[in-house]
Amino acid sequence: MKNYLQLNLSLLYWILIAPFSGQFFKIAPIFRQMVFIGVRAAPMVALTAFSVGVTLAMQAAHSLQSLGAEMYIPDLVMITLLREMGPVLIAVIVIGRSGSAVAAELGTMKVSEEIEALEVMAINPVQYLVVPRFLAMLVMLPALTIFGNYIGILGGWAVCRFALDFNTAGYVMRALESADTWDLYSGMIKSVVFAWIVITIACNAGLNVEGGAEGVGQSTTASVVQALLAMLVTNAVLTGIFFFSA
Amino acid sequence: MNANGETIIEVEHLVRRFGDRAVLDGISFNVHRGETLVIMGGSGCGKSTLLRHMIGSMKPTSGSVKLFGEEVTGMTEREIERVRLRFGMLFQSGALLASLTVGENVALPLVQHTDKSPDEIEQIVKQKLEMVGLTGFEDLKPDEISGGMKKRVGLARALALDPELLFSDEPTSGLDPIMTAVVDELTLNLTKGSHMTAVVVSHDMTSAFRIATRMIMLGHGSIVAQGTPDEIRNSSNPEVQQFIHGKADGPIPLNLSQEEHKDHQHVRPRPFFGARFRFHHKHP
Ligand SMILES: Nc1ncnc2c1ncn2[C@@H]1O[C@H](COP(=O)(O)OP(=O)(O)OP(=O)(O)O)[C@@H](O)[C@H]1O
Ligand SMILES: [Mg+2]
Repeated sequence: MKNYLQLNLSLLYWILIAPFSGQFFKIAPIFRQMVFIGVRAAPMVALTAFSVGVTLAMQAAHSLQSLGAEMYIPDLVMITLLREMGPVLIAVIVIGRSGSAVAAELGTMKVSEEIEALEVMAINPVQYLVVPRFLAMLVMLPALTIFGNYIGILGGWAVCRFALDFNTAGYVMRALESADTWDLYSGMIKSVVFAWIVITIACNAGLNVEGGAEGVGQSTTASVVQALLAMLVTNAVLTGIFFFSA
Repeated sequence: MNANGETIIEVEHLVRRFGDRAVLDGISFNVHRGETLVIMGGSGCGKSTLLRHMIGSMKPTSGSVKLFGEEVTGMTEREIERVRLRFGMLFQSGALLASLTVGENVALPLVQHTDKSPDEIEQIVKQKLEMVGLTGFEDLKPDEISGGMKKRVGLARALALDPELLFSDEPTSGLDPIMTAVVDELTLNLTKGSHMTAVVVSHDMTSAFRIATRMIMLGHGSIVAQGTPDEIRNSSNPEVQQFIHGKADGPIPLNLSQEEHKDHQHVRPRPFFGARFRFHHKHP
């Protein structure tokens, strides 16, 4: 826990303070990480989001048809996706895929003395390794979430269009009407917070690995479990703040 | 060489315990500018640990380490970075960054700490790699080269910023005799020409005697013997003689379990009958 707080403080230092004293972070490594964390996760995110969109629409149809309220299916798909399912599910994918990879990569570097070598070369591991991953995650998780939202809505449309008697224009109109910008923004705020949680937990786990390859495995698993729990609890808290306190 | 030159390293009463086992137990020595200090000692006797304390990556249980006259044991990360820019370190494992190519590894300190242009950096990288007998390997990844090559890339990287002080942990282990000579020659040239100071951990006696201006032998947590190569060669200490002549039979304990190791340290110094588990050779 102490390590985790220290990591966060030193991250803030390298991102907010160091650039003003001439130590600006390099851009190229950030893009490399964005490709790894974000672009390569896109197919998985698309598949997940599409299935969720389809499932949501089917469940909504099931419940709403008995009330004769099929016209509200797009509303339900849209709001559930934007507010909850989008940010949470895509964070789950990114934790499983990129969070674990970052923890394992940094952990391997730790046990093979690479981190120590960096320090001895007077290269700060937080600046050199964590900052690019952090910034990449902070950009890519929200971006993936927006992308996933679109695909999810497409999934909902597929059900409405081909299984129910919606026409495309009707679906789109209904969906757009139901959601207001706050639904989108709240989801975006969530996914930025999740990005922070996921990447700091992963990096912290990696940098503090002890005990060889076995230690790397244990830390990686622990980081995935911790990130999932932290993310879900935070989601509940944020939903409470956003939609129950006003 | 010049034992009265400026003192570069001062180690005083250095103690380091892991649990209740004192791996380093009151070590003191100085290194002067232009010297090449060779640290010898059996496997697991704490040579790498001693180096780690000298470069400030491990904190001692007690005692002090001064580099260039500055105490490093209590320094913050920020302060110690300034000192670290003045020395290079070759790790026992090489510790190359696996995600970078050989060339990028050597270039890393230059990219991070200098304003040199990419062309200049490429030039320096070529030159450093040539010094350790590696040309044309710039674009390979560390897992595509041999163990001995990794060592030499690590050495090239340690030398990238032309440090005043070089630490190397077994620079010649895993090298063939010719490459060993090349690396030794390199160390000799650097310490002679540019007044670089070197601290070298070595198991290889030929190489050790070739480069050393002073030698220290570690054993059971303290310094068993120290002196010039000649003094060590003619030492009357049987442990030293056993070590430099590589004999299995002698006072150095071979087969210590952790328990024995502990006992052994309690009864230190007992160099003459410390060995309770000794290989007894049947002579043919
Ligand atoms: N992080 C650590 N935690 C616990 N014990 C350690 C640690 N690092 C080293 N040791 C112990 O310290 C002792 C010395 O280790 P060190 O790596 O310094 O040996 P060495 O002299 O370099 O050996 P070799 O010649 O094989 O490289 C070993 O007995 C090892 O068990
Ligand atoms: Mg060692």
